Amino acid sequence: MAVADPIVVSNAERSEALRTTWSEGRGIYHWFTNVHHTTIGKLYFVTSFIFFLLGGILAALVRIQLARPENNFLGPDKYNQFFTVHGSTMIFLFAVPMMYQAFGVYLVPLMVGARNIAFPRLAAFSYYIYVGGCLLLWGGLLLNIGADAGWFSYVTLSGPAYSPGKRVDFWAQMITFTELSALAVAVCLIVTILKHRAPGMTLNRMPLLVWEKLVLSFMVVFAMPAVMLVSTMLLMDRTANTHFFNPAEGGDVLLYQHLFWFFGHPDVYIIFLPGAAIISTLVATFSRRHIFGYAGIVVATIATGFLGFGVWVHHMFATGIPQLGESFFTAATLMIVIPTSYQFFCWIATLWNGKPQLRLPMLWVGGFFFVFMIGGLSGLMLASVPLDLQVHDTFFVVAHFHYVLIGGAVFPMFGGIYYWFPKIIGRMANETLAKVHFWLFFIGFNLTFFTMHFLGLRGMPRRVYTYLPEMHWTTLNQIATLGAIFMTAGVLVFVINVLWSKQHGVIAEANPWGAGTLEWGVSSPPPPYNFLNLPTVSGREALWDDPPNEPVVTGIRDDVREVLLTNSLDAEPEGKEEQPGPSIWPFLAALVVSAVLIGSIFTLWAVVYGAVPIIITIIGWVWPKGDEAVERRSHEKWSTTV
Amino acid sequence: MKRAAQLGCATVAIMLSAACCQAQQSAMNPAGPQAGKIEWLFWVIFWIAFVVYVLVIIAFTRASTRNRVREERPVPVLENPPGERGAAIAVHSALAITVITLFSILVMSIITGEKVEGITSKNPVTIQVTGHQWWWEVTYPNLQADQTVITANEVHVPVGKPVVVLTNSADVIHSFWPPNIHGKHDLLPGYQNAFWMQVDQPGIYRGQCAEFCGYQHAHMGFAIVAESADDFSKWLEQQRKAAETPHDPETSRGEQVFLGHACVMCHTIRGTTAGSRMGPDLTHLASRHMIAAETLPNTRGALAGWIVDPQSIKPGSQMAPNPLDPDELNALLAFLQSLQ
Repeated sequence: MAVADPIVVSNAERSEALRTTWSEGRGIYHWFTNVHHTTIGKLYFVTSFIFFLLGGILAALVRIQLARPENNFLGPDKYNQFFTVHGSTMIFLFAVPMMYQAFGVYLVPLMVGARNIAFPRLAAFSYYIYVGGCLLLWGGLLLNIGADAGWFSYVTLSGPAYSPGKRVDFWAQMITFTELSALAVAVCLIVTILKHRAPGMTLNRMPLLVWEKLVLSFMVVFAMPAVMLVSTMLLMDRTANTHFFNPAEGGDVLLYQHLFWFFGHPDVYIIFLPGAAIISTLVATFSRRHIFGYAGIVVATIATGFLGFGVWVHHMFATGIPQLGESFFTAATLMIVIPTSYQFFCWIATLWNGKPQLRLPMLWVGGFFFVFMIGGLSGLMLASVPLDLQVHDTFFVVAHFHYVLIGGAVFPMFGGIYYWFPKIIGRMANETLAKVHFWLFFIGFNLTFFTMHFLGLRGMPRRVYTYLPEMHWTTLNQIATLGAIFMTAGVLVFVINVLWSKQHGVIAEANPWGAGTLEWGVSSPPPPYNFLNLPTVSGREALWDDPPNEPVVTGIRDDVREVLLTNSLDAEPEGKEEQPGPSIWPFLAALVVSAVLIGSIFTLWAVVYGAVPIIITIIGWVWPKGDEAVERRSHEKWSTTV
Repeated sequence: MKRAAQLGCATVAIMLSAACCQAQQSAMNPAGPQAGKIEWLFWVIFWIAFVVYVLVIIAFTRASTRNRVREERPVPVLENPPGERGAAIAVHSALAITVITLFSILVMSIITGEKVEGITSKNPVTIQVTGHQWWWEVTYPNLQADQTVITANEVHVPVGKPVVVLTNSADVIHSFWPPNIHGKHDLLPGYQNAFWMQVDQPGIYRGQCAEFCGYQHAHMGFAIVAESADDFSKWLEQQRKAAETPHDPETSRGEQVFLGHACVMCHTIRGTTAGSRMGPDLTHLASRHMIAAETLPNTRGALAGWIVDPQSIKPGSQMAPNPLDPDELNALLAFLQSLQ
């Protein structure tokens, strides 16, 4: 470790110097130049939550349409646009950006004891490119030419012959935006986790949430290219007259489904694993003990990451794939239950032998258990080939995946938001409003979605804009719509709670829950430089396990954005690196890339002409800032470690 | 725990009532061996899932409450939680039970799958179902071309005999789903697939397209009409015939209206010069129970409404509005209703 600076400088002076170095600047111009992970993380939280609200509004409108048989509230055109944009929004603009990007970008650097995320400008770029995707999909909808072929837009319905116009193009190109964003964040997080951990935080001591983000980042690297490829192939069929998916010219409609679900199923785990990691974090903190089966949960997370890539065909059991092949995917699908149930058993064991304090965020852990389990168990039915043939593509499946995704992501998300709210905002959330929020949402959720199991078994296919009165589906649909009203009210209470508590909540101390991970060791909200002294770590729950005289890292400069590099396995210090500061170029690059991607829907020449401005923004992005900085930035490799 | 038990009982009660309900299109009301076996598998997995759910929720509730600390401030962290050995044994036993349960489900699922797919017979009736936006073309192929029967939206099968259904699509992906009889089978453009199907109880069973296929996915129903072998052969014999030449002036006039208007651009009536295959074959339209893919009853009024303004019944449908004079329409209806 570096030798301490011989000149004694007071903490107040250092804090001031660090604040100047790491502050982002004020004013509208600086909104677009931010490169600190807490700022980008908050932008992700707010933006993805706005799209959760917008997607929810569409769902509520869909429920109103289905409240009566032969209802004319929306009609088929609007209905098809609404359910397509609802699904696409929730998956691509809410679930992954919220559970992966928002929580990952905000929490991981704090949890590993770093001053910032690796490649901060790339992280900023990822946010703006994500916003580009949001505007594209919703721009189409607001112009009443929204995508209308479903969130997985199967060919040939989504092909040029049956979906003329630009509607499906908006959807297909939105995929490129959002997955590019996720891939950029994956690069940032992998490097942050493997190279910027606090000294002493060996892999074996990494918080479970960081482990999960590492596994998830690798899943993103392998899964997202598949869907970018397939959506681009679809786009080329539509704009460049290729015939990848045109059966009349030898194209293959099932190729599309294989490529899509090769992304699509891992994506379910990309949404669920962050939820599971939040549950692990909350359960440990509120049981007042280390998590039971740490190593096992890490192995379970990795196993889920691998197995998640081997189950995609269970979305395609009705396509006539030979039975032996289908049985293989039944086995793989059932196998993935094993690591997930292991995590459940470990959570129960942690609580059982702990001293559970059922404080506010634990309410959502309870909700998660009650809700997610139902989705997991109905998944057993969907894994079975003959049974899946009955329930596939019906409201039973709609019920199942809402139980899994809302149970596995939205319940932990609300728990996580209440848990980290004091850290992010600096004030506590209002408990009474939070409880009202929970019960409205929990009751409404079950009313809406439990009912759908029966609708599916009683023959109601999904994605129908209406149904005949003699089908006897009316009452059940009305119960489901009633539940949607409760859910909407619950989410409104949450929004009010956030807005109120942000101004009037009780001021939060640094560690209101007595948690053990590093983010609770700094003030709430964290200062712009995160840590005054970079911490070292001597246990899995740093704040619980570190002795009072735990050493800190010194010798990191206060006057430039210097960060510590450690090695991947043992987090031994390896060197220092200077990070680039605020810059407008990532925003400009995202703007130009967005313009090119959107332009390419209309003319392929956009790609050719657009190359020039893209290259200019990249040159601006990496332009060296003078000799002194270059010299400083050259890696300082240390040969010895203490 | 009490709450969990109440919730559980309520669940079962609702599930059972849902199952007993006489729904005309329901997976819980099987009319053939395949849907029956699948329903059996459903209940087996349901009860396994139910027991697992109750046990896990009881364990979770007990774990959260047995040592609960009612304290608003964080209490000190437990350095060495007691009973870790017991917890390890419990967790690993639970894991072992999970693996065994999952394996049993896998075996039962594969065996049920084999039974469901294993229904075959020699010289079966073969039916080609082709999906269209938004109706079903149903063909009973025959080596002699003029003996081939083509109809729409109604699949007649003999009771108690396995039939082969060949599937294909003319445009986008559809999915053939008669829940009382069997699960879904996708109709994929570019793929000719096949499956076996058997109905044991005579009756009319409704089915519906289950793969989103555009504007009128909601109104793309069909009926499976299961009848005795005799009735089935009679029906097939009747369907093979060309349409009868109109006897009275009203139906003759109707035929002329049909042939002189847009109808002829899309529909076939064998025995006349109408031979287009864009829309459903109408040679024996009057013998069908429903029209517009199980959307309207096959009555004179419904037929009239459908012909004049299909877009208000199925917006986006491929059929254009036909603003006919009242007497033309009456003649056309008389003609169509004569097509037994």
